[in-house]
Amino acid sequence: MAKFKLNGVEREVDAPPEMPLLWVIRDVLKLTGTKFGCGMALCGACTVHLNGQATRSCILPVGAVEGQQVRTIEGLAKGEALHPCQRAWNELSVPQCGYCQPGQLMQASSLLAQNPAPTDDDITASMSGNICRCGTYPRIRAAIHRAAEMAKDEQVDLKAAITSEPLK
Amino acid sequence: MQAGLALGGGLVLEILPSGAHAAGSKANFTPGAFLRITADDVVTVVLARADMGQGTSTMHVQLLAEELGIDPSKVKTEHAGNDRRYDNPVMGLQLTGGSTSTAASWGPYRQAGATARAMLVAAAAKRWGVTRTDCVARDGAVVHLPTQQRLTFGALAESAAGLHVPEVAPREKDFTLIGKPIPRVDSMEKVLGQAGYGIDVQVPGAKVAVLLRCPVPGGTLESFDGSEAKKLSGVSHVVAVPSGVAVVGDTYWHARRAAQAVKVKWSEGALAKFDSKTLEADHLNAVRGSTGERVKNTGDALDTLTRAGTVIEAEYSAPYLAHATMEPQNATAWVRDGKVEIWAPTQGAMMAAEQVARALDVSQSDVTVHTTWLGGGFGRRIAQDYVIEAAQVSKAIGGPVKVVWSREDDMRHSPYRPAATHRVRGAISADGKPLAWHHRVASQSILTQVLPDFVGGLLPSGLHFLRRTLASLGQSSVSTSDPTSVEGIDSLPYDLPHLAVDFVPVETGVPVMFWRSVGHSHTAFATESFIDELAHAAKADPFEYRRSLLMRQHRHRWVLELVAEKVGWTTPAPEGLGRGIAVHKSFESYAAAAAEVKIEDGAIVVKRVVIAIDCGRVVNPDIVKQQLESAVIFGLSATLKQRITFENGRVQQSNFHDFPPLRLSETPVIETYLRENEALPTGVGEPGVPVIAPAVANAVFALTGQRLRSLPLTLPPV
Repeated sequence: MAKFKLNGVEREVDAPPEMPLLWVIRDVLKLTGTKFGCGMALCGACTVHLNGQATRSCILPVGAVEGQQVRTIEGLAKGEALHPCQRAWNELSVPQCGYCQPGQLMQASSLLAQNPAPTDDDITASMSGNICRCGTYPRIRAAIHRAAEMAKDEQVDLKAAITSEPLK
Repeated sequence: MQAGLALGGGLVLEILPSGAHAAGSKANFTPGAFLRITADDVVTVVLARADMGQGTSTMHVQLLAEELGIDPSKVKTEHAGNDRRYDNPVMGLQLTGGSTSTAASWGPYRQAGATARAMLVAAAAKRWGVTRTDCVARDGAVVHLPTQQRLTFGALAESAAGLHVPEVAPREKDFTLIGKPIPRVDSMEKVLGQAGYGIDVQVPGAKVAVLLRCPVPGGTLESFDGSEAKKLSGVSHVVAVPSGVAVVGDTYWHARRAAQAVKVKWSEGALAKFDSKTLEADHLNAVRGSTGERVKNTGDALDTLTRAGTVIEAEYSAPYLAHATMEPQNATAWVRDGKVEIWAPTQGAMMAAEQVARALDVSQSDVTVHTTWLGGGFGRRIAQDYVIEAAQVSKAIGGPVKVVWSREDDMRHSPYRPAATHRVRGAISADGKPLAWHHRVASQSILTQVLPDFVGGLLPSGLHFLRRTLASLGQSSVSTSDPTSVEGIDSLPYDLPHLAVDFVPVETGVPVMFWRSVGHSHTAFATESFIDELAHAAKADPFEYRRSLLMRQHRHRWVLELVAEKVGWTTPAPEGLGRGIAVHKSFESYAAAAAEVKIEDGAIVVKRVVIAIDCGRVVNPDIVKQQLESAVIFGLSATLKQRITFENGRVQQSNFHDFPPLRLSETPVIETYLRENEALPTGVGEPGVPVIAPAVANAVFALTGQRLRSLPLTLPPV
């Protein structure tokens, strides 16, 4: 049995502690927004937030998240209200195939929570672990700047945006 | 063309391209070919072409909505399954590939919208007892202009469906949506994590299977012992299937863990000693010899070369490459009561159905394929190996199952872009103009390997048809047994009196497949590097040299000039940077790129790429730009970083650490330009790729004087 909070909801899962969080989320809890890409933390498709920090779920045993807060792409928007990153992603037409984008968005929203006005170098440092085979990187960079700008204009608290309880 | 009632009432329109198979009588009561309008005002556009990121879903909606009179963001989309009504009219089969999707949809989708609009207007006019010309369709409703009465499409759908299908022509100008950068229709579900890819398919009760396959392609299973694996929790089956041993469990992780406990003996087969180093030597022997097929012969290149004063020779090579789609291969299948149901991210739903039917010895009409979003394609998902596997595992275990490949499976057991070696000899005249070009290519034929899968029982007449069809996609202007190995060389655009092109097949048995831009991905590297070498020998500027030889090839010249202008060719490159340029036509589109590179710690770093395309009329300029950005990054990955190599028949790479795609930190500044014109729309997914490698190699030469002729490009140690 593993117990943790997923997108604000207490979950109890019948899974051995060594089972990676990714497969607990995808195959046991059937939340499929978080993606499998490499299984070795090389590509970032599986990125989720663990207590607000971007984390690769494909190599993280579910036993290590006992009692903690996990957020997936399904919990990034607050009901109808999208996270600024999601809005910026739409506005700048970032996704192509879109498969890596949940991981990109979780990585980017975690960056913005820690650094609401990242420089190009900050973005490079934070985002270069996430692979996109379609090559959406230039738009990802632009969209992160745009999301930061939106959040500033609208006085969105980017830390609270990923740590407060999602709407049920 | 047919109209009919949708299930639950509503207008269904089938617009069948000429030559397409007619739908059966039941078709009137099944979802229509391209469009369905139901009484609840839901307008659904069926996506004939699979969307693997290249934006075809938006293109389909944009073309149809242009004519129908509806906000594209209000339209629902649905992926076409296996159904002849969704054959690609350019190719004659239900395939998404060859950068044909926009060309294939330009007529039919606008026609569908125009016809539906006319019928909805007619239905409204009839109901109101007014003349049709006083009515317009807009924003999902028909409006009677004099009275401003309004009826929604949904309210009109049922009566419209009963009307005669009129002959109407879509407009050819004054577009309101076509040519506009409307937002992608698939963006929202993708940023919410709600887009359903193949790997996300949930069939109640489905197990998850992983496969153990022979480490050598083509090898077969000798024996296995799954008894230890079956003792592990969450494991239901360990069974032999044609491609290896399937380990079936409750989740991917249960199956993967158990797979490590299976003992397997393989018979490694014909490729057991296959080695990339040996292949390199075989390729060099092949291109230096005289065997092979002359696939193009203009003038007398060989004779001219023996008599010419200045002859330049060069050899270029390109490795096998994996597609490495972000979504690993996967498919879900359920075989029951003689019927097969498939859910798969595939570029060819009908091909999947055909191949599954053959593999399971069932009738094709008993196979239903549901297409999903594709987490990348690049040609990989034209192969249906993973779909067949899922069907075979489902049959073996007697229940629904999702087969999921690991990244390592994907890297090691996929079909690859063929390795190729080129030898080019060129002669220039005293004034530096090229006189003769003799080009020999050693590679293996994709078509020979995949055509049987394409045509199934239709051989050999179908084979000829497909060869012709596929050859026409590569614009191969000549008859050849393997157009994709020489495409782009046989249509060399430069003014040149003597050209000879030879293809020397070196068959290896390694599985190969179309890979984004196919043969152009290596032929343009050779031709556009070599023209640079000729320019250097002629002491000419690489841009001016090309330009002077393209006076009769306007569209090549236009994109070349556009890129030169935008990169600032006439001004020196920034300090420490070298600049290179390339131009190439593929998939009926014309692309040029200029790259600026520098050397940092002995490595090539690309700082800036300027790229331009002429793909005729543009449906969505922002998506064309996306595809160019994508092509630059995909192209740079292959130019600088990627190769698949074999040792003892085994692929030596396994995951993203040793087959690395470009990362954000390595991404240059990318500037994209469209050279629009009124020509019919042509490809955008692939044509940006071929120019990247030569532009970078030429830039490295400009900077260092070193001519790198082997992909991926690496500088020799100092």
